[in-house]
Amino acid sequence: MNRTIRSITRKKRNFHLIAVLLLPAFLSFSFTEAQTAQEVIAQIKAKVEKVNDYVAQGKLKTNVAFIKAPVANVKIYFKKPNKVRIRNTSGISFIPKGSVNISLDNVFTDIDSYDVIDAGRDAKTGLRIIKLLPLNDTSEVVLSTLYIDDSKILVMKATTTTRDNGTYELQMTYGRYADFGLADKVIFSFNTREYKLPKGVTFDYDTGGTKAEENKIKDRKGKVEIDYSDYVINKGVPDSVFQ
Amino acid sequence: MWELLKIELLKIFRRPRTYIAFGAITAIVFLVQLALKLDGKSYIDLLLSNLSGSFEFSDEFKSKLLNGYLVCFAILTALLIQMPLLVSLIAGDSIAGEANMGTLRLSLIRPVGRTKYMIVKFLASVIYTIALLIWMAVLALFGSMLIFGTNDMVVLRSTGIDQIAASDVMWRYFAAFGYAAVALTTIAALAFLLSVFAENSIGPIIATMSIIIVFTILSEMNIPFYDDSIKPWLFTTHMVAWKGFFYVKATDDGVTITGSIANLPAILKSLTILLGYIAGFVFIAIWVFRKKDILS
Repeated sequence: MNRTIRSITRKKRNFHLIAVLLLPAFLSFSFTEAQTAQEVIAQIKAKVEKVNDYVAQGKLKTNVAFIKAPVANVKIYFKKPNKVRIRNTSGISFIPKGSVNISLDNVFTDIDSYDVIDAGRDAKTGLRIIKLLPLNDTSEVVLSTLYIDDSKILVMKATTTTRDNGTYELQMTYGRYADFGLADKVIFSFNTREYKLPKGVTFDYDTGGTKAEENKIKDRKGKVEIDYSDYVINKGVPDSVFQ
Repeated sequence: MWELLKIELLKIFRRPRTYIAFGAITAIVFLVQLALKLDGKSYIDLLLSNLSGSFEFSDEFKSKLLNGYLVCFAILTALLIQMPLLVSLIAGDSIAGEANMGTLRLSLIRPVGRTKYMIVKFLASVIYTIALLIWMAVLALFGSMLIFGTNDMVVLRSTGIDQIAASDVMWRYFAAFGYAAVALTTIAALAFLLSVFAENSIGPIIATMSIIIVFTILSEMNIPFYDDSIKPWLFTTHMVAWKGFFYVKATDDGVTITGSIANLPAILKSLTILLGYIAGFVFIAIWVFRKKDILS
């Protein structure tokens, strides 16, 4: 009787051992992505390639520590492969360097010149993370990281590190034009350089700013928000717009 | 009093030297406008050189930036430092000039009290100052608007940039010119005061300019000891407060608030200090003049 009980206990122990050993393999199998990173990228590329050109109306908000500016009405022009122009329809807008990157066409048109690396999923958002490493050592772009909603085949966030112009970040919100991969709202974050003009040049009226204001001005992060209200897609855009 | 004022104004505006100031302003404004019309791009490139690392500036952006409002602001910044000289030319001459010509005693023979006489003299100087300012406003603001057109106005400060929508600019200029009238009246009052002590007009004019130069240097120096002790009380520190009308408030995310002024209490404080100076200078001038033994 005792021998039978001992034998059953041993079998149970072996089963647990096997289960523990096999669990990682099982988990890894169950979490293997349905699509490879290359396939996801190919699907997004197909979506983006539907757009040859567009003209969009939008409202542009500049949020840079040392700039106070009104919200501007802008027109955004795009033409393949990578021509982008943001034009203020009435007033003046400070457009950051690298704003051409508000269109992801730059990346997807030239996707063959990148190594596509699957970096798993973002723990908080569950978005697929795919890194793009340029094959060319002298490329201006050093690394691009895309955060992709692979159920909708949409890039929700993109971070691009460049050789000369710092790191850009794009955050996209989609709506009516999601089928074309075109966002309703884009937040473009960028690095700014220090701004300072000599007081002897500006002859400022010194109203005595607070320490908090002075510290805020030193912030080197800038943001441009574009709320798109309307797109006119594939109706042709003359090259003269981009000159 | 009005009759007396008319006589004083007639005296001022019949003198050819009065028009030297109008001519000088016309020449300076025209030369600045011409230079910016011909080579405004270089000026804009210089202004934006500090920003070119972070932003891209198209030719369209630059031509929009170089609009009448910006040009007027640049002219005012330059001219309001030079204008005190032109104001002191007349105000410094008001009493000392009469003394120099030997007409002061003659003027006081008329049945006019010395206080009234001084007030009229000062008012005549103020009217001349305002006329000069209006002339400058017409040329610098409306002339520049005509030549360069209008657009959003960008004010470049030492630590930041204030961009004001075109529709929100004009009232600021009217307020700024109003303030500048008070600032220049302070100079007129100083020159007027110094004029009481002199027998010829050169002395008060040079003394006024010397005081302005010394005070301006002190105002622009960044020495903590002066910042806290002397600067807040120098009238030259407060003369540039007209610029405060072009410093705007913004929301937390940097959006300009239309119709706002960044620090209105500071402007009002500056205005009060200048009015105090004017009242002080004029009061002392009258007090001294009333006690003065007029010999010429």
